[in-house]
Amino acid sequence: MKKGATAPRVPLARALRDAGFTALLTFGLLLPLVGFQTVTNFRNVLIVVSRWPLLLSIVAIVGVGRLGYSLVVEPWLERRRSRPVAAPPAWRTTSAKWFGPFAIGFVIVYPPLILLINGFGGAVKWIDNFGIQILIYVMLGWGLNIVVGLAGLLDLGYVAFYAVGAYSYALLAKEFGLSFWLLLPMAGILASLWGIMLGFPVLRLRGDYLAIVTLAFGEIIRIVIINWVSLTNGYAGITSIPRPTLFGIPFTADDNGFAAVFGLEFSPIYRVIYLYYIILALALLTAFVTVRLRRLPVGRAWEALREDEIACRSLGINTTNTKLTAFAMGAMFAGFAGSFFATRQGFISPESFTFLESATILSIVVLGGMGSQIGVAIAAVAMIGGTEIMRELDFLKQIFGATFDPTQYRMLLFGFAMVLIMIWRPRGLISTRAPSVFLKERKSISADLIGEGHG
Amino acid sequence: MAATGDTLLRVEHLTMRFGGLVAVDDLSFEAQAGNITALIGPNGAGKTTVFNCITGFYKPSEGRIGLRHGDAAMWSELETLTDSGERRLARANGTLYQLERMPEYLVAQQARVARTFQNIRLFPGMTALENLLVAQHNRLMLASGYTLFGVLGFPAYRHAEQAAIDKATRWLERVGLIERADDPAGDLPYGAQRRLEIARAMCTDPLLLCLDEPAAGLNPRESAELNELLLAIRAEHGISILLIEHDMSVVMGISDHVVVLDYGVKIADGDPASVRNDAKVIAAYLGVADQDVAQAEAEVGL
Repeated sequence: MKKGATAPRVPLARALRDAGFTALLTFGLLLPLVGFQTVTNFRNVLIVVSRWPLLLSIVAIVGVGRLGYSLVVEPWLERRRSRPVAAPPAWRTTSAKWFGPFAIGFVIVYPPLILLINGFGGAVKWIDNFGIQILIYVMLGWGLNIVVGLAGLLDLGYVAFYAVGAYSYALLAKEFGLSFWLLLPMAGILASLWGIMLGFPVLRLRGDYLAIVTLAFGEIIRIVIINWVSLTNGYAGITSIPRPTLFGIPFTADDNGFAAVFGLEFSPIYRVIYLYYIILALALLTAFVTVRLRRLPVGRAWEALREDEIACRSLGINTTNTKLTAFAMGAMFAGFAGSFFATRQGFISPESFTFLESATILSIVVLGGMGSQIGVAIAAVAMIGGTEIMRELDFLKQIFGATFDPTQYRMLLFGFAMVLIMIWRPRGLISTRAPSVFLKERKSISADLIGEGHG
Repeated sequence: MAATGDTLLRVEHLTMRFGGLVAVDDLSFEAQAGNITALIGPNGAGKTTVFNCITGFYKPSEGRIGLRHGDAAMWSELETLTDSGERRLARANGTLYQLERMPEYLVAQQARVARTFQNIRLFPGMTALENLLVAQHNRLMLASGYTLFGVLGFPAYRHAEQAAIDKATRWLERVGLIERADDPAGDLPYGAQRRLEIARAMCTDPLLLCLDEPAAGLNPRESAELNELLLAIRAEHGISILLIEHDMSVVMGISDHVVVLDYGVKIADGDPASVRNDAKVIAAYLGVADQDVAQAEAEVGL
């Protein structure tokens, strides 16, 4: 650590006391959780074993970590805060300007690039698990961003609309044999109707209360899906959901399948690439519409609502309708994403629509910076790509033993990412706001002026 | 009560109770079209409560608040409107509104009553220009075909938006903030925020502008500029102004009519000169009973 002459002196005693207290707290918390373990011995009797070395090493790590935070990170943050705000260096403004077009270009050439590198065999995993999976979350993040980031309404049950979209597509496609392209807008409309239905009763609620009710709504949808067995088949889920076709050409090994029609050798990769471009188009549509909406009166009204609801009403804005449109619009994109999810998986069950999904999408929005399109996309890549890449880290088994499964530490990674971001950038990766309109010069607005919304 | 010729706003027997507390008690007054009417009184007299009732933020416990658009003859229909139970009564020569029956956003949108707030309520994270565009929401919403045509990029919306920007630009020039048009409203100095809030209220094209302590926190020079701005707004746009104010240089300097409240009750109503010499008003401001005014005045050196 560099110690500048102007660095504020850190009271060592206070740091030590904090560290001791944190260690004690960890000890108390983890004693029953980590310190003792019940195992079945060879006589099939349950016995308690203590794990003192493990417990003490965790306590030590936490204590030293806290000490390091007080001695190193806190003074650094303090210095950073007191430093005058300098204009960003030239390379940063240039790279920020070119980042968007470059990223769009990259995701368009991504499948051929992967095919070139990995060949037909290895490419499916990279396009499906990484490309499609990440793009679904980018789209969901952008959709939720309308509700949370722009309108400032904290929605913890966003996955409900995703579920509505998925089940609408699955049920209508199986019952009536309608095509994906017809059902895609229908799923969006149905989901946005549910958004409005949720919106009406909860409009009077603000902040924490709104969050709790939306959370409950998400659970209601999931539990209805589980229990309405005659319609949804409950826990067992819906299987063999029709796959999308390319103008009526299915992606199968049949004679009228895609590969046969175009004289290619059959490979599952064609369908994966096709799905990739569908979700890419849907995600870009979401981004395009959101960018447009921000410049329209409705988008400005959403942001004004986040800044000050009472002022909005004094200007003659019907805040009820404005909130409902935000809910409906966010829900519609979740519905699109849901119907895509159903057609991609070919199988859906209530397991896919738990609260954890809502929390993941919300954390993507919060990490990315509420209201920022690029920030949300980066956060989705980091969070979803990060958890997917953990499956690939087989070398860790050599270090931690064969039973070590990196994917089990997914949530730990989430937690660490959250903590770090909240220390480093409390308002998300990209926290500044770009004005929707300008007279002479577009100046980005610093995060401390921007409201977070009160629901 | 017979309405005089050019009455714009009629407040009759307005009472507002919060539980056991009577914040406004049987208040009646009128505001004339094209006039500046001041509502004054000591702290806690119920002035802001009256404002909140007029602008629809509170629903009064009792009373009637009438507002007229168009011909003054419309007032003869007020009883018809009240009996009909509707919010408004439209005739060929004008429209009559009963504001206590309307939610706040309709008071602003249809009855065209704009307001500012005692503690400034701008959109701090949006630029000055954006603040003024949000104020033109309803017209732009129509022009964007309730968003549909706007998303599809129809030129009609672009023209309407350009017109809105031009209007906002004129107002920014008017209040001397054109140089800060692209700065966030939260970054502006206090006096500039006050002016921006007035400009934002004016962008809604009001007939009645309600200002809640517009001179609070301004220095004497800024107060004088505010006086000029308000007089100019009235002269150019022919609107009426209702203001709550503690700064007597503003109240006495520009208002045509003063209503004085104390503990929710009207204690004086008249032109500034007569109100200034009213014994009850002086007593209320000095916080003593009527008969002790002379003594109290001697003590404070009036």
